[in-house]
Amino acid sequence: MRQRFLNRINFTDIALGIIGAALVGLIVIGSFKTLAEGNYTTRQWLDFVVFGIAQGSIYALIALGYTLVYGILRMINFAHSEVFMAGSFTAYFAAVSMAKSGFLESNTIIAVLILFAIAMFTSTAIGVLVERVAYRPLRRAPRLVPLITAIGASFVLQYTFKGLYGDQFKAYPEIDTLKGSYTWGDINITKVQVVVILSAAFLMLLLYLYVQFTKTGKAMRAVAEDKDVAALMGIDVDAIIVRTFALGAALAGAAGILYAITFRQVNFFMGFIPGIKAFTAAVLGGIGNIPGAMLGGIFLGLFESIGPILFLDGLNVPAPYQLKDVIAFSMLVLVLLFRPSGILGERLSRTKA
Amino acid sequence: MEQENTTSWWRKAIQSGVIGGIIAILAGLIGMIESFHARDIIAGRISMGETLLLLIVIGFAYSSSRNEQLPISTRVTSGVITGVVTSLMIVLFLMLGAAVNLRSIFVNASPALYKILTLEIANTSLAYIAIIVIGAVVSLAASLVHAATPFWKRIISSGFAIVLLLALLQDLIRISLTPFPFITSVLSWMFGRRGQEGLSILGAIVVFLIVAGAIYNDAKNGAARRARREALPEAAKRTRRWVNWGLLGLFLLIWPQIAGPVLSDVTNSVGLYILMGLGLNIVVGYAGLLDLGYVAFYALGAFTMGVLTTTGGEIFFDVRWTFWEALPFAVIVAVLAGIMLGIPVLKIRGDYLAIITLGFGEIIRIMFLSDFLKPYFGGSFGIVSIASPTIGGIVLDSPQTLYYVILAACFVALFVAHRLRDSRIGRAWKAIREDEDVAQAMGINLTATKLLAFATGAAFGGLSGAIFAAKLSTVYPHSFTLITSINVLALIIVGGMGSLPGVIVGGLLLAGLPELLREFSEYRLLIFGILLIVMMLNKPEGFVPEAVHKREFHEDENLSHAAGG
Repeated sequence: MRQRFLNRINFTDIALGIIGAALVGLIVIGSFKTLAEGNYTTRQWLDFVVFGIAQGSIYALIALGYTLVYGILRMINFAHSEVFMAGSFTAYFAAVSMAKSGFLESNTIIAVLILFAIAMFTSTAIGVLVERVAYRPLRRAPRLVPLITAIGASFVLQYTFKGLYGDQFKAYPEIDTLKGSYTWGDINITKVQVVVILSAAFLMLLLYLYVQFTKTGKAMRAVAEDKDVAALMGIDVDAIIVRTFALGAALAGAAGILYAITFRQVNFFMGFIPGIKAFTAAVLGGIGNIPGAMLGGIFLGLFESIGPILFLDGLNVPAPYQLKDVIAFSMLVLVLLFRPSGILGERLSRTKA
Repeated sequence: MEQENTTSWWRKAIQSGVIGGIIAILAGLIGMIESFHARDIIAGRISMGETLLLLIVIGFAYSSSRNEQLPISTRVTSGVITGVVTSLMIVLFLMLGAAVNLRSIFVNASPALYKILTLEIANTSLAYIAIIVIGAVVSLAASLVHAATPFWKRIISSGFAIVLLLALLQDLIRISLTPFPFITSVLSWMFGRRGQEGLSILGAIVVFLIVAGAIYNDAKNGAARRARREALPEAAKRTRRWVNWGLLGLFLLIWPQIAGPVLSDVTNSVGLYILMGLGLNIVVGYAGLLDLGYVAFYALGAFTMGVLTTTGGEIFFDVRWTFWEALPFAVIVAVLAGIMLGIPVLKIRGDYLAIITLGFGEIIRIMFLSDFLKPYFGGSFGIVSIASPTIGGIVLDSPQTLYYVILAACFVALFVAHRLRDSRIGRAWKAIREDEDVAQAMGINLTATKLLAFATGAAFGGLSGAIFAAKLSTVYPHSFTLITSINVLALIIVGGMGSLPGVIVGGLLLAGLPELLREFSEYRLLIFGILLIVMMLNKPEGFVPEAVHKREFHEDENLSHAAGG
């Protein structure tokens, strides 16, 4: 009995166990020390939490694009981060011209809706185009092949937009109506954060209803289950795939506007980091799982805004905020190692993972 | 099917014309045409920018006259329709540009671009007519050649391709001919006058005729000559091979003396990329593990070299070893990192592996950049004054001397990769690449085999990084971005995954050409992206495919061959 048990443990599991234990130990010690030192007030921690939720809801919107496509095609749409960038970057020009004419201040709601429309339209167009050019001809190819075209498409988009709009960082105009913040007790939340969280929640609700209750949504779920059987049932699989890409891209476009009003800066390379973060969020929640992507996004946002201070400050790491990306990536590695199915995901069989 | 083809060919032709037009306009708006315009192909007559436009028209006309089921006249007409529509799109764009100020959004919609597109004709309506006429004539020629004269198609297109290549590479040719003033003076008529770029008209015509003649000759008599060569006795064939290798070796040895410092420096960068390509080729090409964080090993090699041969960052690791003492440690650190990355990702496959390795590469870069490790690695300032290698008291610090270190490293790596390919391990790697589960069922130890792939790949990356650090004598974290990983990946994919000659060809094409053509370097990643997509769609096995892959992609021919033999 004992011998058999020993045989089943192999080298990989031991190594993984050690790595995991070391990281968990580091996190626990770091958090304990930070809290014991008490350099941060409750108010600051709550600020981190609010920031994390706002940031996380942007990640969640982008993550939905990865998850929708993965659910249907079982492939990572590497170019999704560029779809996000395209919408935000294109809407910048509308934002600037509206700011110049004063429309952005006088009719903020309509102006922001126009920005959303432009960004979502551009992103959708780009997303559908990428699907048509880089993925559709390769539906039956080995898995490495579409992944490489996706990387290619991502670079083509980045540098096309760099060529079109220039390579400087462009500052989004500040909207005066969205300045200021609300305070309840220790909780302080800026108006921008309110807008971000509410519109992200609204869009996610909309998506959920669409996928659950419309005919297209039903067809999407059918295609995700089994493409061939869905085709036999009379579903136009290619059309559904295009719609899925369009849906994910539109959400990414909306996320682009939310990102732009939060950070007020756009650039052709802006998609890269949020893209990887959103992918992490999708994996965290269980890739292919829509509520999972939402949860994963919020969770990652919180982790990233609280994590560096909580884990590293107590260990006397200088400027821990510089390492927030390291924390997010390590998170991705840990999730893939110890729970590749994510928080809400079904258990992926080995061939899928 | 037949019915559909005959009724809708013109619709397809218009469609591809519209796409061609959009691509041509996009090439203008992203600034490609304007910046390529700075380089002449035919001195003073045709620039690279205009050639790019012509190539777009030709390419789309060519592809729209592709359908071999249609009669020749229809194919040619459809090519011409495509060409005219493409030119019409450009004219429409010019009209739009004249009416609206596009520059407030598109930074590259400059007066210079309009000037190039209107062929520098001041009268606009005349210019529009000229554009359409040129589009029609060029597409007529292209589709005629394509549809009507299959025999001449290859001859003419290779003639033009060689002229283009020669014109692009003329800097390289001129520089490498400077030690031979005799040849330079003989060939002076070929190139434009001093200070001009590009070929002279006479030069272009002569080159075209020579190439076309050679290919014509090959098409007529090539088969007979190859048969004669096949019939030579084995011993003669072997001598021939040795002579060829000997000449190549001699050429490689004297190359820096011919090339001079600037070209040697370019060659050195190519060599370092080839070295990395050989390493990544083991991981991606042999073992099929897509690694997007390969730059991490390069960075580790470079920083290890930096720390060990200098006084480090603020904290003194006062070792100050020589290059040769530090080199093994740089490789060892990279190998250890390869194993450390390998262990956690052993169970992860495909897409996830790509993302995780990408994350790993970023983690390493951010760590080197952070204030946290600044005392050791200098943060964003990096490490300066890294030692150059010395041999017997001679300091190899110039590009021309460092070349030999890189050449030697490339040869070692090439030898190792070549010997590993068909060894027991190499076959195990390929088995894993094809099917992990079957490989495991055949008794291959997945853990050890995968780790060995990561470790070997990392060793080459570390070696390359260490030499890179010595070459620049400084290392900054900013030199080690994802873009390097993508460059290396593109290189092995273009060459052919798993193929060693492919790595060298890919390195020369993707690392060498952009260095030589400064206009390209700005659009390097755009072009790489397009290359990755186009290669995957049309030629997934690469330009110099590995034998196994080639067999897979041409299974039918082999079957008939096997049946015949």
